[in-house]
Amino acid sequence: MTNLVELDGISHSYGGPTVLEHVHLTIDEGSFLGVIGPSGSGKTTLLRLVLGNLRPTEGEVRRRTGLRIAYVPQVETVNWNFPITVSEVVLMAAAAKWYRPRATESERKRVAELLEQLGLGGFEHRHIRELSGGQQQRVFLARALHRDPELLVLDEPTSGVDVRTRHEVVHLLTDLHRNGTSVVLSTHDINGLAAHLPLIACVNRELIAVGTPAEVLTSSVLERTYGAPMEVLEHGGMLLVTDSPMGIE
Amino acid sequence: MTLFEPFQFEFFRNGFMVATLAGAICGLVGVYVVLRSMSYIGHGLSHSIFGGAAASAVLGVNFYLGAGMWGLLSALMIGRVARRGKIGADAAIGVITTASFALGLALSNVFGQAKRSIEAVLFGSILGVTTLEVVAVACVGVLAIAIIGAFYRKLLFATFDPEVADVTGVNVGRMEALLMLMLAVTILFTMKIVGVLLISALLVTPAVIARMVTNSFARMLVIAPLVGAACGAVGMVISYHADISSGASIILLAAFVFIVVYTVTGARGRGNAGGMIH
Repeated sequence: MTNLVELDGISHSYGGPTVLEHVHLTIDEGSFLGVIGPSGSGKTTLLRLVLGNLRPTEGEVRRRTGLRIAYVPQVETVNWNFPITVSEVVLMAAAAKWYRPRATESERKRVAELLEQLGLGGFEHRHIRELSGGQQQRVFLARALHRDPELLVLDEPTSGVDVRTRHEVVHLLTDLHRNGTSVVLSTHDINGLAAHLPLIACVNRELIAVGTPAEVLTSSVLERTYGAPMEVLEHGGMLLVTDSPMGIE
Repeated sequence: MTLFEPFQFEFFRNGFMVATLAGAICGLVGVYVVLRSMSYIGHGLSHSIFGGAAASAVLGVNFYLGAGMWGLLSALMIGRVARRGKIGADAAIGVITTASFALGLALSNVFGQAKRSIEAVLFGSILGVTTLEVVAVACVGVLAIAIIGAFYRKLLFATFDPEVADVTGVNVGRMEALLMLMLAVTILFTMKIVGVLLISALLVTPAVIARMVTNSFARMLVIAPLVGAACGAVGMVISYHADISSGASIILLAAFVFIVVYTVTGARGRGNAGGMIH
């Protein structure tokens, strides 16, 4: 097993307080890692450091030479009023290589294949705003897959989507992982997403713990991560994390 | 007085051609300006260039050279200050460009002899547009089309989703610099006709009109220059006959077209342009 990305003692600040401090984390080939933590804990910063969008203020990020990384941003950050169709979004993936404005026949074919594979066949010329939440998420996934990535990074892929869409996304990512793509994602959804992943990293300004759900989803680790008491129950062989509110009777 | 009477004068023919080209170029570049929410940058940059124009007039330096260098310097400073993230881009633009504008006004007050050319820069003038300037504006148009054609996909990606574009290998910083350069050159070569105070409207209005009538980025790049060119051409004729400044007539016409399209396209148009019209 080889390392795809290695974060070696990295810290980061945006000019104010430190957002991440002394993080050591290795993403191996074949990883399927979920990063959890409260809002403002540094999850997105961690992903951006993995991607290379940000440079750490301290420490070093090492990526395997020639590593193909693709990124799926939070759909909530997308400008849905932008005048763009589904196929134009997917074609962006080849923007760095191509200078000709119009897509070639082979490019169109590849886009059609990807959309078909993700259950979006025939949606090529639809405006992105006209799609449902799950379909929109899959368009951005198609754009990422157009690069045939070795490492797929997703920021909150199930944020703001319904249960059915969440299931679709989880199955899709599981299939991709099974076919050899390494996956790193951030999520707030412990029970619906993180608990189903083979590896979880708990972050709150620092890396609190990394391990399997059984190792990491414990009351003490979660309390250190979220700064509030949390209970972990077992239900049908699955771990279930619940709030443990104090003072409410 | 016939409709075509002004075309017998060379100064009007030159002004007409520059206004038509200026409308088309502003419409084209304006598509990126509005979709990137850079309207305030366009507004600020034109004010900043005014400082350079005033300084050039006072020092007797060529207008395009002096104001161009000034505009480019301002654009780079805005980009640098905004990238540092300590203050917001809008605040950076506010400080840098209004200071430059104030300098222009101060120079205008001290050196009264520059007053006429400064007024022309502020409000636009069709007088004194030379054939060489028509050629220069045409060259800017060709340059803008060449840049957009060559970097169409990269510019689109960097405009729509800069963070992912960066990860995908698009040099977003370079694309932003290219856009700023295109914007600065467009303002510099078209502000004589439209005027500093009104140029940002010509950058924004045709693009918003185009957005209201289409959901396609590629079609926006065709419709906005056509609307801009039409407003420039017809606005010039109105300017002559109504004896009002060229900038005012062009912008008033563009605003009129906007109101008509806004009314005709109804909720669909307003939905398309959501985020641009509040």
